Amino acid sequence: MNLLEDFSPGLFVMQAIILLILILLLGKFAWKPILSALNDREEGIENALAAAANAKLEMEKLEASNEAAAQEARAQRDAMLKEAREIKEKMIADAAGQAQEKADKIIANAQEAIEAEKKAALADIKSQVAALSVDIAEKVTRKELSEKDAQLALIDKMLAEANI
Amino acid sequence: MFRAYLKTAFVALLLTASVTAQAQEDDHSNDHDNHGAVAQDGGRINTSEEITSYIEHHLKDSHDFHLFSYTNDAGERVHIGFPLPVIVWTSEGLKTFMSSAFHHDDDGNVIVEKGGVDLVKYHTKIYELEAGATAIEFDEEHHPVNASRVLDFSITKSVFGLLLIGLLLVYLFGRLARQYKTRSIPKGSGRVLEPLVLYVRDEIARPNIGVEKSKKYMPYLLTVFFLIWIANLLGLTPLGFNITGQIAVTVCLALFTFFIVQFSGNKDYWKHIFWMPDVPVLMKIVLIPIELLGIFTKPFSLLIRLFANITAGHFVVMSLIALMITLKAQFGAVGSTSISLFLALFISVIEILVAFLQAFIFTMLSALFIGMAVAEHDHHEHTGTGEEDVDEVRERFV
Repeated sequence: MNLLEDFSPGLFVMQAIILLILILLLGKFAWKPILSALNDREEGIENALAAAANAKLEMEKLEASNEAAAQEARAQRDAMLKEAREIKEKMIADAAGQAQEKADKIIANAQEAIEAEKKAALADIKSQVAALSVDIAEKVTRKELSEKDAQLALIDKMLAEANI
Repeated sequence: MFRAYLKTAFVALLLTASVTAQAQEDDHSNDHDNHGAVAQDGGRINTSEEITSYIEHHLKDSHDFHLFSYTNDAGERVHIGFPLPVIVWTSEGLKTFMSSAFHHDDDGNVIVEKGGVDLVKYHTKIYELEAGATAIEFDEEHHPVNASRVLDFSITKSVFGLLLIGLLLVYLFGRLARQYKTRSIPKGSGRVLEPLVLYVRDEIARPNIGVEKSKKYMPYLLTVFFLIWIANLLGLTPLGFNITGQIAVTVCLALFTFFIVQFSGNKDYWKHIFWMPDVPVLMKIVLIPIELLGIFTKPFSLLIRLFANITAGHFVVMSLIALMITLKAQFGAVGSTSISLFLALFISVIEILVAFLQAFIFTMLSALFIGMAVAEHDHHEHTGTGEEDVDEVRERFV
């Protein structure tokens, strides 16, 4: 087979024309839109992936901040609880102290009052005893004792000696 | 969907073919006996010479779309196929007629008279007879002596095939392109075509030319890839196309690559050809003719590789089918047929792979040559590694 003889210039020209038209036609109506659509889609996928990664990062950040907030809240709560406990204890302690004081005061007052009452009662008893003794002695000794004054003085003296 | 389309197209083609065949037969009945030697014994092909000439005939382009022929009961030769338009530029200007005017003659016996010029067809080439000549005459080497070749712009079988492929490509990829207007993920045939487009872009164009620079060359690379691939595949069908086995077609394809490479060559590209950096001056001078030769050997290797692979593939497949006849004496009808069937099937499967491989290699090497022409060399040490890569890739394919 002789290649040069086989070469058909007409076929060559037809092929060149067809190929050129095909490249232009397909380039304009097929390859360009297809490739740009593929590019757009790839960019879209890339963007979506980046967005997803971003969202994940943001989520992590959010979670971390949430955790921090929770931690803070817990600490605050603990602090508040502690404070409250302290206040409670202080209040109880204060109340107990005041009550003690009051009670002491009341007891002291009561003791004083008791003392005063006792003294008054004793004085009263003393005077009543004196009066009764005099009355008794008068009744007993009305007849025999005329010297009333001397006897009263004697009794007072005796009573004073027997100070209760 | 694609398959259904092909099926419909094929059935339609067969229908048209049979109808035309009928018409041609009628045409023949009132015709003289002008069939070639093959037709004399009912068109049987028995000897190895006949097989060789049959194969050679097939490997050439033809002016009509011929599927097969048979001899009917009345002893007439019936050709199944349809004629294609003949467009020739003769000494008397442009002449057009249908190829049926030659009545399937390929030996220069039928003379078609058109507006003052006598045209004959001999071995798939159309010749114009010189004034006064009534029949074509040959010298010892079978070259016509009284006729000259005309510029033949006919819609030959290959051109017809190219147009068919072009329409198919425009239809398929136009539809894919339209799909993207409404959806970002195609459906149907687009599901198959999209990965192929992506394959060409990501495996062929981008690694060789670069992401940004490859954009300009994508239309060429994609068109050439699919054109060659489908042409190769069509060549394996019983339709009998041999488009990429035509040297004119591969020359045209390679020339396109050649011009694209030369026109996109940057300063570095030309500098590496005419004044190779980082080598002694003497070497620079020695390298100039080598590099200049390289400019032409690259596309030459492209055109020869594609042509030779496809031609050899067709030759081998047809030779293996012909084993059916040549081995009949030794193995009997059943034996030779099964041997031929098995081997032809085996080679055909390989040819399907080769069909893709050759399209891939042509596109790949085109992209590689373009990439070499547009590559930017940051610093001179870098060039060494670049060349190595190129050699590596070349070794893989050559």
